Amino acid sequence: MTTASELLHRTQDYFDRSESSKNHFVNVGKTERQISAIGGGALALYGLTRGSLGGLVLAGIGGALVYRGVTGNCPAYSALGTNTNHDEGAAPEQYFDRGIHVTQSFTVGKPAAELFKFWRNISNLPSVMTHLESVEVLDDKRSRWTATGPAGTRVSWDAEIINEEPDRVIAWRSLGGADVDNSGSVRFVDAPGDRGTEVRVAMDYIPPAGRLGKLVATLFGEAPEQTIKEDLRRFKRLMETGLIPTTKGQPRGTCSRFFGSEGEIEQ
Amino acid sequence: MKALTWCGTGDVRVSNVPDPKILQPRDIIIKITSTCICGSDLHLYDGFMPTMKAGDILGHEFMGIVEEVGPEVKNLKVGDRVVNPFTICCGACFYCKRDLWSCCENTNPNAWMAEKMMGYSPAGLFGYSHLTGGYAGGQAQYARIPYADVGPIKIPDGIPDDKVIFLSDIFPTGYMAAENCNIQPDDTVAIWGCGPVGQFAIRSAKMLGAHQVIAIDDGARVPERLRMAEEGGAITIDMHDEYIYDKLLDLTAGRGPDSCIDAVGMEAHGYTLDAAYDKVKTMLFMATDRAHALRQAINCCRKGGTVSIPGVYAGFLDKIPMGPAMNKGLTFKMGQTHMKKYMGPLLERIQNGEIDPSFVITHKLPIDQAPEAYKIFRDKQDKCIKVVLKPHEMN
Repeated sequence: MTTASELLHRTQDYFDRSESSKNHFVNVGKTERQISAIGGGALALYGLTRGSLGGLVLAGIGGALVYRGVTGNCPAYSALGTNTNHDEGAAPEQYFDRGIHVTQSFTVGKPAAELFKFWRNISNLPSVMTHLESVEVLDDKRSRWTATGPAGTRVSWDAEIINEEPDRVIAWRSLGGADVDNSGSVRFVDAPGDRGTEVRVAMDYIPPAGRLGKLVATLFGEAPEQTIKEDLRRFKRLMETGLIPTTKGQPRGTCSRFFGSEGEIEQ
Repeated sequence: MKALTWCGTGDVRVSNVPDPKILQPRDIIIKITSTCICGSDLHLYDGFMPTMKAGDILGHEFMGIVEEVGPEVKNLKVGDRVVNPFTICCGACFYCKRDLWSCCENTNPNAWMAEKMMGYSPAGLFGYSHLTGGYAGGQAQYARIPYADVGPIKIPDGIPDDKVIFLSDIFPTGYMAAENCNIQPDDTVAIWGCGPVGQFAIRSAKMLGAHQVIAIDDGARVPERLRMAEEGGAITIDMHDEYIYDKLLDLTAGRGPDSCIDAVGMEAHGYTLDAAYDKVKTMLFMATDRAHALRQAINCCRKGGTVSIPGVYAGFLDKIPMGPAMNKGLTFKMGQTHMKKYMGPLLERIQNGEIDPSFVITHKLPIDQAPEAYKIFRDKQDKCIKVVLKPHEMN
């Protein structure tokens, strides 16, 4: 049985990577695919052993289930607009069809290796990305992200690193069950002369419909390009000077002629 | 502590506010012993600078004694006497490394705001609107200085405050204006505006070896400033009853000044038609800046000469004679002062006795009188040229 399940996995992988998956994207979840393939296979065998017309119909249904299980694509789900492929996160086609693409870059006066090191330890990111509440590292590739927004809203998702080239590239994407599907990459490119490193970020996210659509604003703000620019600026400042400048906590006046005018602390 | 706060156009008040605290590891707190009102503070006072908020603490020319030191400031200790530059610099970015300190990329928390207006953000400044960071200023009893391991310069004992306080802004600013003229021994330098920066530009042009320095201001309004310019070695032109261009040609036998310094900036006064036009336009909020002095500097400068601009401009200028500037092949040099480049060398010149900057002080007052001081300084009353405030002295 182990060999059979391995064989199934490999076949599924093959279809996920093949040309055909570009035309028929995966919209069936992992577990459902296993049940579909195994159950469909059993049904087809049972149908064929019946040797009747009804048996032939059952075998046909079984075959369709096998196809669905192996390729991960269900034409009925496509027609209904349903997608149970939550384990894998959004497919590239979904980003292409409905996603929003944002790019931004900033030059940081430090070597790429130093910048990569900070970024690869992704629990560092909330210190420069103010919309992130926390990033919890689950294992070498996986992490759990929590972002906050206005009015106490909160979204979270699990992400995995899908590409990594030391001192050059990190790419990641959210996994199934994300409140907002998102993916991104950061590249570190040597800047000319002694100017440091060009940090180039690309982010994609899919605004969900309805109530969740509003939460997208909590992910990247109303002007995502500006939000990412400010994140990169904080990153640059932290890397170059060891701190992010602030005036929070300094004194200021109130100009009030009442209340004894004791001034206030800037928030 | 007591601090001078901006509460609106023409409305500054001494208020009680909380004492400043160390907020970041590169901060220090100083007890301020001397602090000045700068001509550029008048642009805030007169409401010409956008992004001021009621309650902002003013002041960017100050010095004092270190009270408290953040854990990452290794070059200063409690009790050191320091002069603080008005620009805030990180010391690590592309610009700081190239001596372009006032263009520091890392110290303005509101860089995005400045980028919207200028394309790129200059350095953070003390007490000079939220466009340049909203940092609390130094017209107060105490101040927090961020990136203090880079900015402040230590002052040896035995030199009084009055001699070194202007290292915080106007002496380096006047000096950079002259240095930007690339002065040759046979050069004539013409300087518009005999306020404190103009006065230091005059003396700096002399120190840098100019053959002739000509200073221009209004003898009907500020005769004392023309007198101070003469004491500094300048020939003066009284714009109230002399034609500036004719007089400059006469003094140079038709050659014209080799370089012209606009030490006036955006609130220029004048007696010509364009000056009246500027005044009406800014009063109707159709322009932010009056560029009368700059227009004259461009027109009077000889072919191939340099126009150097230490005067502050905030926004958009109208009727700038680019045709003459282009056809005469002029060079323009300007900018907020790259303080760290000049503070050390100029302190040496003071120590060597080449200059005593205290000549410019006309008023020394306790901080409680700051609101009156702003008024007399703006209205050029009581022969006021430079006010030094003493934050810890009583009335």
